[in-house]
Parts: sequence; structure tokens; C-alpha cells
Amino acid sequence: MLREATLVARKDLRVELRSRVTTNQVVPFALVVLVLFAFALDPDRGVLERATPGLYWVAVLFCALLAVQRAFAVEAADGIRDALRLTGIEPAGLYLGKALAVAVQLLVLEVLLGLGVVVLYDTALGGWGLLIATCLVATAGIAAAGTLFGVLAAGLRVRETLLPLLLLPALAPVLLATTRASEAALGDDTAEGWPWLGLLGVFALVYLTAGLIGFGALMEDT
Amino acid sequence: MSQWGYVAAGWLVVVVAVVGYATAVLRRGRALSRRLPPEERRWL
Amino acid sequence: MTTRLTNTDRPGDGPPAAVDGGPHSTASPATRVLGVLVLVASGVLAVLGLVASPADTELGETVRLLYVHVPVVAAAYLAIVITTVGSVAVLWKRSQWWDLVAGSAAELATLLTALTLVTGMIWGRPTWGVFWVWDARLTSTAVLFLLLLGYLAVRRTTTDQVSRATRSAVVGMLLLPNVVIVNRSVEWWRSLHQDPTLITLDPKIDGLQLFTLVFGIATATLLLVWLLIHRFRVAWMAQRVEAHELDDAIAVRRAEAVGS
Repeated sequence: MLREATLVARKDLRVELRSRVTTNQVVPFALVVLVLFAFALDPDRGVLERATPGLYWVAVLFCALLAVQRAFAVEAADGIRDALRLTGIEPAGLYLGKALAVAVQLLVLEVLLGLGVVVLYDTALGGWGLLIATCLVATAGIAAAGTLFGVLAAGLRVRETLLPLLLLPALAPVLLATTRASEAALGDDTAEGWPWLGLLGVFALVYLTAGLIGFGALMEDT
Repeated sequence: MSQWGYVAAGWLVVVVAVVGYATAVLRRGRALSRRLPPEERRWL
Repeated sequence: MTTRLTNTDRPGDGPPAAVDGGPHSTASPATRVLGVLVLVASGVLAVLGLVASPADTELGETVRLLYVHVPVVAAAYLAIVITTVGSVAVLWKRSQWWDLVAGSAAELATLLTALTLVTGMIWGRPTWGVFWVWDARLTSTAVLFLLLLGYLAVRRTTTDQVSRATRSAVVGMLLLPNVVIVNRSVEWWRSLHQDPTLITLDPKIDGLQLFTLVFGIATATLLLVWLLIHRFRVAWMAQRVEAHELDDAIAVRRAEAVGS
């Protein structure tokens, strides 16, 4: 199953590398979001500075929506779905593979957004252990949930409006935890941040489990 | 608004919402059962 | 291709009565008894809550709002548990019956959660002076409401019954885990910012007040069951009507094909 997962992940990432949608559209979108936040929150009054961790993760969530939409739009286009079903790949492997591809793209986006935040908002990064751990665990959870809801919404005409409605409330606790952990990391009391990582871990586990259970049924029935 | 005002508002909202919903469900039940042949109305 | 979910024929409670040509509804002897019980209990609750029980020493008359707020919350959570359990059953047993149960329970849960928010806000105004505070309970309830709206949105997607049931079930089975995760995280978050004036005072209630509260929860549970039975039957009939219309449409097409 893990081998199939890596196969699927590499296929998805190769498609992305060739089409470069993430680099050409999602990254600029991320930058647009950062700039808009600056317009809305007036850098001179210190609000932007204090809100940076939260804004960063909100931007990540928006980019995740786009990445997930993209991951399933690719397949809907050419009837690839049926072809995948015929190959006999275990649904669990397919799910893990797609989630892995989404996660890799998200991690790249997070690094780029991080750079953006350092440059545009003049953020001083610190607490590296906590920051990196937060990014990794949170991304796992976001990718797991995103891929599950992504396949759920795939094939529906209302897909583009349904996915945000399903994914964002489900990711609310992730936003909560990542922001608190990031604030702790940037603010020198990292001890306060680590417990939030536990919550992120639980979230990732719950959604990975749900994905492994539900992905198969969804592939079969839809 | 006095405290009793809030109490009344709260109770009223709940009663109206519940009664309204129940009425809607029961009405829809009648309308649907009219469209079904008699042998399908099993529990009636 | 897709197959129909197995039709486990259990349409609902109550013994079948004699069929005649007169008007019919989703009622049955059992639900009539239950309905009367709910009405009587509600009346008693109103008397207890609004008249008989004393005003609270700290909260004054507004404590009477808790006699509707807490029962509504309890019923909402019960409905959510039913939705989650039903959704798991749909995925596990591939049962259409459970799909209708889950869908009906989710609709009720949405209504009850909305009422929880509204009564919570109505209670908040005189107590804290504002309609909304980002305390643990209200915030969690707001997120829960959004999750339920998502479930209902999935239910409204017009695709075939089996795929709709599976999609809803996947969202539904995550309701309870989501609720637990959201509650824990929000509570923890808000406990870090203790604002003494905003702490949801759990009033020390006992005696008649406590009895009224518990009685209210029992009444709400009975009400939920009653509503669930009727809503389920409506869903069942809607599904039968859809099946009949499909059969009729197919018959018409067949007749056309033969005729031409």
C-alpha cells in the first residue's frame, strides 16, 4: 500500500511540475493575500505585527483550498477516475498518495509564505523546532482532511462552493492550534506552544483514519 | 428590556421554532402520503 | 456500477392501521401517545420554569432562560450523536434506513443548534451586556452550526441516492469527532484568557431549579424522538415517491419505444 501511495504521489507531483499551476497561480495568490492583509490592517499601527501568525495560517488555509481543488480537477478532466479504479489500486493507497502530493505542495507554499511574511511584515523568526514541527503536523492534518473532502466534492457541480464550506469549519481547530503554537514560537515562550502540537497530532490521526475508511466508499459509490 | 422580557423572548423563540417546524413536517407528511398508493402507507 | 442500498424494510414505529381512502399523515397510534406526552410535559415545564421555581439569587429571573437553553443543547447533542451513529451505519451496513435516520437527525440537530445559539445570545444580553462573546461554549456551538450546514449542503446535492448517501455519511461520521476536537481546543484556548466577568457562571442550582432543568432535558428528549419519527417518515415517503416517479418515467419511455 505504501508503494502504491508513493507511486500516486509522484504521478500527481509530476503532473504539477509539468503544468506548474501551483507555482504560476497559487503562489501569486498567496502573495496577493499577504498584500491584502497589509492593506486591511495598516502596518504602521502594530496590528499587522501582532496578527502575523494568524494571518499566515489563514493564508495557508486559502492556498490549501486551491491546492485541493486543483488535485481533483486534474482527474475529473479526462475521466482518469475510472481508469484509476480499473487499475485495481487499493483505495487506501490512492488516498495516501493524493494526500501526500497535497502535503508536499502545501509545505512548499508554507516555506514561500514564510519568506513572504519575513520580507513583507518584517517578522523575526524564532523557536525553529516548534515552528517546523507545527508546519509538519498541521500540514499532515490539512492534507488528510482536504483530500477526503476533495474527493467527496469531486464530480459535483457545486464542487467549488461545497469544498470550502466543508473544509474550513473542519479546519478551524487546526487554525486555532497552529496560531497559538506559532505565537508561542515567535514570542519566546515555546513551552506554551508544544501542547498545541498534541491537538494537531490528534486531528491528523482522526482525519487520516476517516480518509482511509471513507475514501474507498466514496470511490465506489460516486 | 427587563429580565422578564428576555425570558419571554427566549421561550417564545423556542416555542415558535419548534411548533413551526413540527407543523411543516406534518404538513409535508400529509402531502406526500396523498401521492402514494394506499398500500404504501404502512404505519398509518 | 452503483447498486441500490439494501432496503431494510423498517419504516417506523407503530402498528399498521387499516388502510382506507381517507386523508393520511405520518401519525400512528404510538406517535399520538408520544405527542400528547410531549405536550403535557411541555406544559408542566412551562409552569415549573416560569412560575413555580424561584428566581435565582445571582441571576435573577434570567435563570428561567436556562430551562429552555439547556434542554435544547442536550437535544441538539443527542441528535448529533444519532447522526454520527447513523452515518457510520450507512458506511458499514450500506443501509438506506440508516441514511434516512441520519439525514433526519441532522436536520433536527441544525434546528436545535440554531436555537441553542439564539437562546444563548438572548441569555447573554442581560447577563454580560452583549449579544455575543467568544467564550468556549458559544464559539464551539457556532462552529458546530457551520459543520451541520455543510452536512445539509451535501444532502442537497442532486445526484443519485447512493452517492448522496455515501457522501453525507462521510461528513456525518466526522460530526462527533469534529465536535469533540473543536470543544476541547476552544475551551483550552479560552481558558488561557480568563476574563472573570465573562466566565459562564454555572449557577449553583439545586432543589426545584435542578428538578426543572432535568425535567426540561427529559421533555426535550421526548420531543426530539417525536420529531425524529415524523421527519424520518417524511423522508421515507419522499424517497418512495421518487422511486415511483422513476418507475413511471421508465414505463413511459418503454411504451414510447415499443410504440415507435
